[in-house]
Amino acid sequence: MLDATAPHTDHRIAALLLHHEIDQFNARYAAALDAQRLTEWTEMFTPDAFYLVTSRENADHNLPVGLIYCEGQGMIRDRAFALENTAMFAPRYLRHIIGNLIVHSEDPNGDIRAQANYVVLQVLFDRPDATLHQVGVYHDIFHRTATGLKLRERRCVYDNLLVPNALCLPA
Amino acid sequence: MNDGPPPPRDPRYIWPAEGLRRVPDWVYTDDAIYQREVERIFHGRTWNYVALEAEIPNPGDFIRSNVGPTPVVVARGQDGAIHVVENRCAHRAAEFCRELTGNTREFVCPYHQWTYELNGTLRAVPFRRGVAGKGGMPADFDMTAHGLTELHVTTHRGVVFASYVADMEPLTDYLGPEILREFNATFDGRRLTILGHYRHSLPGNWKLYHENLKDPYHATLLHTFLVTFGLLVAGNKSLMLTDATGRHGVMASAKSDAKVAADVQGEMRAYKDGMTLAEPRFMDFIDEFDSPWSVTMATIWPNLIVQREMNTLGIRQIVPTGPHEFIMKWTMFGFEGDDEAMTRHRLRQGNLMGPAGFLGLEDNEAIKFVQDGMQRVPNGEHVVELDPQTAYGTSDTLISEAAIRGMYRYWREVMDL
Repeated sequence: MLDATAPHTDHRIAALLLHHEIDQFNARYAAALDAQRLTEWTEMFTPDAFYLVTSRENADHNLPVGLIYCEGQGMIRDRAFALENTAMFAPRYLRHIIGNLIVHSEDPNGDIRAQANYVVLQVLFDRPDATLHQVGVYHDIFHRTATGLKLRERRCVYDNLLVPNALCLPA
Repeated sequence: MNDGPPPPRDPRYIWPAEGLRRVPDWVYTDDAIYQREVERIFHGRTWNYVALEAEIPNPGDFIRSNVGPTPVVVARGQDGAIHVVENRCAHRAAEFCRELTGNTREFVCPYHQWTYELNGTLRAVPFRRGVAGKGGMPADFDMTAHGLTELHVTTHRGVVFASYVADMEPLTDYLGPEILREFNATFDGRRLTILGHYRHSLPGNWKLYHENLKDPYHATLLHTFLVTFGLLVAGNKSLMLTDATGRHGVMASAKSDAKVAADVQGEMRAYKDGMTLAEPRFMDFIDEFDSPWSVTMATIWPNLIVQREMNTLGIRQIVPTGPHEFIMKWTMFGFEGDDEAMTRHRLRQGNLMGPAGFLGLEDNEAIKFVQDGMQRVPNGEHVVELDPQTAYGTSDTLISEAAIRGMYRYWREVMDL
């Protein structure tokens, strides 16, 4: 097996492996949310993670509010617990599609900056259509840990300023 | 109202015999009723919220807004005065301002470059005299008669309101002393800082949003997040306040550390003794207001909600788009002098509200369910009987619908129905 961190490995192969690793991470992230396995979703973050869902309008004006604003994995776990155990919303299916991954840089301390476009389609049970619920970009910082890549930061910046009714599950 | 004798009563719009204890579906679903609301309420004798002054601090700053469904632009002139004009060119009706916010010296309609001052005065019409003596406007074309429609403006504690009516009473009288006191408790003189916006559509009638915040009964039942963690209980000190007319309201409650009484627990299906959050600090209340209440939700007729949910503060502006849907624009704010820790506390606490908020998403879903119910099983009526000791208006029990009855007493008067 190729060791992407070995000094003799061609840097292009290392970049390709890293790109693939993040791509796989994003696919697993989408699968966890699509299956509404929110506990699994919370474990994809580091303990100090920042998770934000905000509009492009706010991001462009450097305004800090988020529809979801979680400082730390504890708040991410609280959100997952609340959605699974207390929140009232109509049942629905979601489908996250993540693509156009760009890996910007990898720091020596194990932080990897990347971005990817995302789309969330939503199906309500009494409607024939899947509606475009979110379209945006993830601005990410991944961190390499002993148990693989984790998200240290995911800022979900959505383009559709007018959210259709409610964002009941994470982006 | 000022528009002559009332039209003959249409049998479709007969109010139920029970009076205010019933609200018929047509109030929420009928297009003619909606059109009448636009005319008599949003374009009638009301002060409509349009912006916060902090959003347009400098001369030339503008922000798009709405009065009812009608798009307007709110701009600060070079002299510092705030103007509200319809976003409709006087020439060919183009909605000329397309940016959400910006700074400009003048408004130029992109279609034919008719140019307006920020107060709506028409300043320039290209080729007004034609070319080489041919074409152009009539010689007697009166520039002063073709400005943008300008609305009447008032401000209070940094909040900007507009009205189509020239002789509106002052805002302080419009609110009445009880509501003004709560309004001033939130807008306490500190300068506002804008933290950002949320926008969402909501497939329900716009009045359902007022009613949701005049319905303290739902708070401990729908919002089980609060109940599960023992954060809000039906025994908390609370008040459902309305003004003398019934159009405005404030739902107020005081955070309590008291344990949930056993008899109350039984009624609240969600309560789980001993359940705790991993990060309970986001529910902390930092007492920064001169008020006995830690939470106030003010419904200012017809299009404004002022949210003071402990330390997460926001404006919600209702923009109706028809009987079955409205748009909600939220402007979240803090105060100058907030340190970074306070700002972050407000932002963390913001998880309670908005279209992804623990409480906010539930309100949006519940209101959608109500509209769905009326559209799919039509021609029914709503039962609003709680708290019969109070016919309508202010009530000191959470288990009350008296404020909803008060709102409809007023609505029927204005709508002549």
